[in-house]
Amino acid sequence: MADSPTWDLLADLQLLLRFHFMQNAFIVGTLVALLAGMVGYFVVLRGQSFAAHMLSQVGFPGAAAAVFLHLPPVIGLAAFCSAAALGVGLLGRRLDAGNRMESAVVGSILAFSLGLGLLFFRLYTGSAQAVYAFLFGTILGISDRDVAATVVTTAVCLVALAAIARPLVFASVDPDVAEARGVPVRAIAIAFLLVAALAVAVTVQIVGTLLIFALLVAPGACALQLTARPARGLALTVVFSLLFTWTGLAVAYFTIYPVGFFITTLAFAAYVLIRGAKALSREQAAHAELESEPA
Amino acid sequence: MFAATSFSLNPFQDVQAMLAYDFMRNAFIAGGCIAAAAGLVGYFVVLRNQVFTTDALGHVAFTGGMGGLLVGLNLLVGVFGSCVAVALAIGSLGGRGRGRDVAIGTVFAWVLGLGLLFLSIFTSSHSASAGNTGISVLFGSILGMQPAQALIASGAGLLTCIALLVIARPLLFVSLDPEVATSRGVPIRVLTVLFLILVAITVAESVQAVGALLVFALMVTPAAVAQNLTTSPYTGMVLSAAVAVLAVWLGLTLAFYIAYPASFFITALAFGSFIVSLGINRVHRKAASA
Repeated sequence: MADSPTWDLLADLQLLLRFHFMQNAFIVGTLVALLAGMVGYFVVLRGQSFAAHMLSQVGFPGAAAAVFLHLPPVIGLAAFCSAAALGVGLLGRRLDAGNRMESAVVGSILAFSLGLGLLFFRLYTGSAQAVYAFLFGTILGISDRDVAATVVTTAVCLVALAAIARPLVFASVDPDVAEARGVPVRAIAIAFLLVAALAVAVTVQIVGTLLIFALLVAPGACALQLTARPARGLALTVVFSLLFTWTGLAVAYFTIYPVGFFITTLAFAAYVLIRGAKALSREQAAHAELESEPA
Repeated sequence: MFAATSFSLNPFQDVQAMLAYDFMRNAFIAGGCIAAAAGLVGYFVVLRNQVFTTDALGHVAFTGGMGGLLVGLNLLVGVFGSCVAVALAIGSLGGRGRGRDVAIGTVFAWVLGLGLLFLSIFTSSHSASAGNTGISVLFGSILGMQPAQALIASGAGLLTCIALLVIARPLLFVSLDPEVATSRGVPIRVLTVLFLILVAITVAESVQAVGALLVFALMVTPAAVAQNLTTSPYTGMVLSAAVAVLAVWLGLTLAFYIAYPASFFITALAFGSFIVSLGINRVHRKAASA
């Protein structure tokens, strides 16, 4: 961009929010960070980060199909992601990288859905920029229609998540006991996958299909490294994801480089720092324990 | 794209018309060699449960390719170099490159993000048409292969096939029963690293054919088809390679007559054959249990 940042933060903020597209980007970015943070905490807690990865890639042909039909891409994304979530939920299998045949099946589906997305984009325009926007996210293309769709989706998701939050924590931490106590574990799992699908659909707008991990998994992973308490963990996750998104958007505005790069870099750096700090403090604790022990 | 040639009902004449073009001959030869290597190596990838190593290498290939272009090297040098380097790193860590998927996912999201940065630097410092380079790395450009590229790809594919067949027996032993293999004195570590290098080279080749994002279609889907149809490892290897080669050749033929991307047809054919194999597997199992 033509503007360059100064040391006057207030002036920078004014510059940043001067244009309508940046206002839209910040509104959507904030909502996405809220939703992706909350959902992401449970995704990591439940060990479903691989399912999130799959949902986001299945969303790619959905976005492409929506563009092809002149609909807002969020609608296509939401439709494809929800369908995939329902499929995964009804098959009743836990998607993880452990099972040999399962990962082969999922890999095949991923390759096919990305191929399909490519076809839809060729049918539409063949423009490289449109493809990149969906693969890697953008701050430029968010229209007022997208903002409205995001507001509605986020509201629905947050209400649904609040409604199932307590049994969800229970079912995630200890599924067997929860089932014995009469918690409908299966129904909650499917409901959560649907919420995750919608969260993926809105998150794709900012970071794109390929970089979804940065907002949906990394903040939750950081928070779970720091605390085991659900309420504090959720709050921390949201703080992290807001931090990544806002900083990423701001830096991307002042440079010519894509927002996806900055958000993934922040997420990666935060994760590495926290892991490193934790390992260091654990080592120190072990050291202190050794010294305090009588010889 | 090639609407000048339309489809007739004489298959012999159709093939002749198609192979009259240089780029189609290149694509058939290079694509066939790449697919054979991908099918063979992929069989072991699925057997050894290293699907996510392949995914990771595909991501790295994109970033490596773009980084190579950025510093003025050939795209291929970047793709091959980065894939082999990362495979060696995974091998020296001793793990199988899976397990803690949160950590791996976060790392590889960042690697892709880095690739995106390289892409945008490259695009903004070159002409607008450079934007399509990224797309062709992500989704393949088998019809755009230069004769020299096709030659390298075919050679690399054939060499990979030969190398894999040489280590196939001990590798099979190690993959199926690592403990017994160790006690029999099979060099597990060497084999593991050798195999990872072969995977890296195959991923780098497949990137040219179907692209970094669709590597699964050549390396995992045919192997899954083979495992659905047979439990015998050697029949499975041959079948896996055959499915991959057929998917590429039929995909190229379709793309020649219908102006949609070849990568789409290849992934769709592979996926279709997977669905069919799943059905056959079910019927067999039902017949066996009845």
